Amino acid sequence: MIRIHGRTACALLLVAAVLPAAAPAQDLLIRNATVHTVTERGTLERTDVLVQGGRIAAVGTGLAAAGATVVEANGRPLTPGLFGGITALGVVEVSLEQSTVDYAPPQGGEEGESAPDPHPEFDVTLAFNPDSPVIGVNRVEGITSAMVAPSAMPGAAVVVGQGAVARLDGRADAFAAPSRTLFADLGVGAPAAGVGRAAQFMRLEQAVREAKPPASMRDGDFRLLTPAGREVLARYLSGGRIAFGVDRASDIRQVLSFAQRHGARPVIVGGAQAWQVAGLLAQAKVPVFLDPLVNLPGSFDQLGASLENAARLHRAGVRIAFTYFGDGTHNARKLRQSAGIAVANGLPWEAGLAAITANPAEIFGLGAGQGRIAPGQVADLVLWSGDPLEVTTVAEQVWIDGRPQSMRSRQTELRDRYRPRAP
Amino acid sequence: MKRAGCWLAAVAVWASGAVAAQDPYPSTYEPLAAAPTLIRNATVLDGAGRRFEGADVLMRDGKIVAVGPGLAADGATVVDAQGRWVTPGLIDVHSHLGVYASPGVEAHQDGNEMTDPVTSGVWAEHGVWPQDPGFQTALAGGVTTLQVLPGSANLIGGRGVTLRNRPATTMQDMKFPGAPHGLKIACGENPKRVYGGMGRAPSTRMGNVAGYRQAFADAQDYRRQNEKYQRELADYEAGQSGQSGRSGSRRKGDDDSRPPVPPKRDLRLETLVAAMAGEIQVHVHCYRADEMAIMLDLAREFGFKVAAFHHGVEAYKIADRLAAEGVCGALWADWWGFKLEAYDAIWENLAFVDAPDKGCAIVHSDSEEGIQRLNQEAAKAMVRGQRAGLDIPPERAIRWVTSNAARSLGIDGRVGTLEPGKMADVVVWDRDPFSVYAHAERVYVDGALAYDRAAPASTPRSDFLLGQPAGGAL
Repeated sequence: MIRIHGRTACALLLVAAVLPAAAPAQDLLIRNATVHTVTERGTLERTDVLVQGGRIAAVGTGLAAAGATVVEANGRPLTPGLFGGITALGVVEVSLEQSTVDYAPPQGGEEGESAPDPHPEFDVTLAFNPDSPVIGVNRVEGITSAMVAPSAMPGAAVVVGQGAVARLDGRADAFAAPSRTLFADLGVGAPAAGVGRAAQFMRLEQAVREAKPPASMRDGDFRLLTPAGREVLARYLSGGRIAFGVDRASDIRQVLSFAQRHGARPVIVGGAQAWQVAGLLAQAKVPVFLDPLVNLPGSFDQLGASLENAARLHRAGVRIAFTYFGDGTHNARKLRQSAGIAVANGLPWEAGLAAITANPAEIFGLGAGQGRIAPGQVADLVLWSGDPLEVTTVAEQVWIDGRPQSMRSRQTELRDRYRPRAP
Repeated sequence: MKRAGCWLAAVAVWASGAVAAQDPYPSTYEPLAAAPTLIRNATVLDGAGRRFEGADVLMRDGKIVAVGPGLAADGATVVDAQGRWVTPGLIDVHSHLGVYASPGVEAHQDGNEMTDPVTSGVWAEHGVWPQDPGFQTALAGGVTTLQVLPGSANLIGGRGVTLRNRPATTMQDMKFPGAPHGLKIACGENPKRVYGGMGRAPSTRMGNVAGYRQAFADAQDYRRQNEKYQRELADYEAGQSGQSGRSGSRRKGDDDSRPPVPPKRDLRLETLVAAMAGEIQVHVHCYRADEMAIMLDLAREFGFKVAAFHHGVEAYKIADRLAAEGVCGALWADWWGFKLEAYDAIWENLAFVDAPDKGCAIVHSDSEEGIQRLNQEAAKAMVRGQRAGLDIPPERAIRWVTSNAARSLGIDGRVGTLEPGKMADVVVWDRDPFSVYAHAERVYVDGALAYDRAAPASTPRSDFLLGQPAGGAL
């Protein structure tokens, strides 16, 4: 990954150097919480969490730290900050207002025309606005990071572009280099108008050939990718992470085969039929980002969709994480309800929480630093009014890097303006 | 006054069952066979605002007989509901099941007749595919009655139909006997985007309102023509029988005593006339508070009543006015931001609309996913209202998905509560339904066990799912 993303990492370092460093977080001691660590330590009752320098310093009982801000949890649950799934946070304000939509790669032709050329060099993170009010609305619900992904409009290409995981506290340098991911959509979900799946794979193979050209290839044989696109795709085909939007079991098998042939690490996004190939996915150690609410055959690729998809994949040993396909950007906050529904349909509770904390961080290469409550992890934390997967629970305080986040948003402002007067 | 009289007359007609005879697509719904059942020892939310602990619910002949402690079984099948919660069957006032069926292929796009901004002549029931697997997943979520509406592409999209949620081969087998039609009207962005994009009216909100007004003005004219015809017909018939006519416009012995010619039937205007007569419940898709106020004025201008504003993301801004005018808000708990008119959403919308005296809040789904868990949507809204300082116990919030919904559909005399005499639509939940972990264990429709979570093999399955991978899962 370092080799692949070396340039990006350098660019981020340069940006960081010219910006004033954020004020160091004050030390924080959260006392007497029910700590859901999302580690092998599981849930710890009446436990303290000490945060120093924005990272978790200790998890235990009777902790003390001079000068630390002390928060009494009174037994309330404390979890890692939630991962909002695969979203367009920061790259869209209002979905139907084109002037606010920045997540879509260049558009292609009209229906019936050939699909547009893929642009793996399309990088949605360049459009990211850390101050988006949509982020604020979700942050107060405990969402502290999310994959900011490109998303294709009808008529776009199979290869959609690149995204990365953003921390959602308004910082300018929001993206973690190791999380960079290339996105591609196949099957019914593929946006290319009028292009069936065999044609999609055909074009994908041509793109691969252009990114890693055999010596015999001539200039005239390069038809799909720009020089920048070839360079980017070549990097992802050298052990990079490619997220494939697919639902059908047969497409999942094709993706596994493609990734093996060409040297990419696949992530399945969607996977309505993934449970039918759970053993294969587990064996190949390929993770699945799924929406636990998908239980209807929304398309012919989703025949056999089941509320038990998450539970079955987990049981088979597949690493799962959750995303919300309804409106996973404005309502990324709905994800913990989805996790609760997966639990209500057979997934162990701990696995439900992991699917919106540690697992997505792990899948996107950030597991060593975020997604759990353990020493050395970033102090992205949420204190809840009750069971964090329960619909009647709310986030009472959110911290990112140990800094308390404002619990106000545009929506709380509106609420307070129109709150009914006492009779 | 005249309108009120008409409306009462219409109610009387329904009550007598005469409308069923007039409905050219009449309901053939028949309740499933149901043995008397006594649900014993549950926490009961009756949908009328009451909560009973350790109470029994007795159903017989498809009707609720009694709710209370220690009821005599009297030969009824006894269901032990210790630790369980019981509510009325849930009602969704805004569904597109059947008209936007799963799978969502092109052939299933039957919910928007997107060829003219005013298509009040189309009926959603003519597009309903009873094999939509979404009906079963909704039943598993406790939904026993639902209104299927046309979509919101048009200013006036057509008639909605209220269905009983039971497996059926024909729409008529699901049609709620005697339930009034709904009329779908849409405000704001959708119609102007759809038609503006075609380079025709409406392309603005001004055009939207002009479109409704012209349609209703045309309907007024159509009503006058029909009233005139009815007078002339009465005169003619009186003349034929030798009596003097009421209006005196025709006299006995006129040479040209041919019967008057009825005006050509206009299905679009017929629907609007029926809405103005109060025979059809008017449901208005409208997000912004200021637009709802304009629609209330429109309703006054043409003499119809708005049953509910649907989506109403800004309903909380005019909650007092909605309550004062007896208009319900059919709302989501948390949808927002997908278009500008949905930008000002707040979690507390339902609770704030519910708060005033006579406030009528309804949780609606507009979604094949949301309809499966209306209870959870209500739970989210309830807790946000509680945290904003409002007193909303579960027995109040359950009304948002039961009796308030029934009221907006004009069927509150039949369903929506567990009061004696109501249709025995009952859900037994495995715990407090205001929980993400809650499952509907048993769902009764007309007193018959229509869904039993413990017996998956007996769960109704759409024809579409047969022979699919893994039996279609769900």
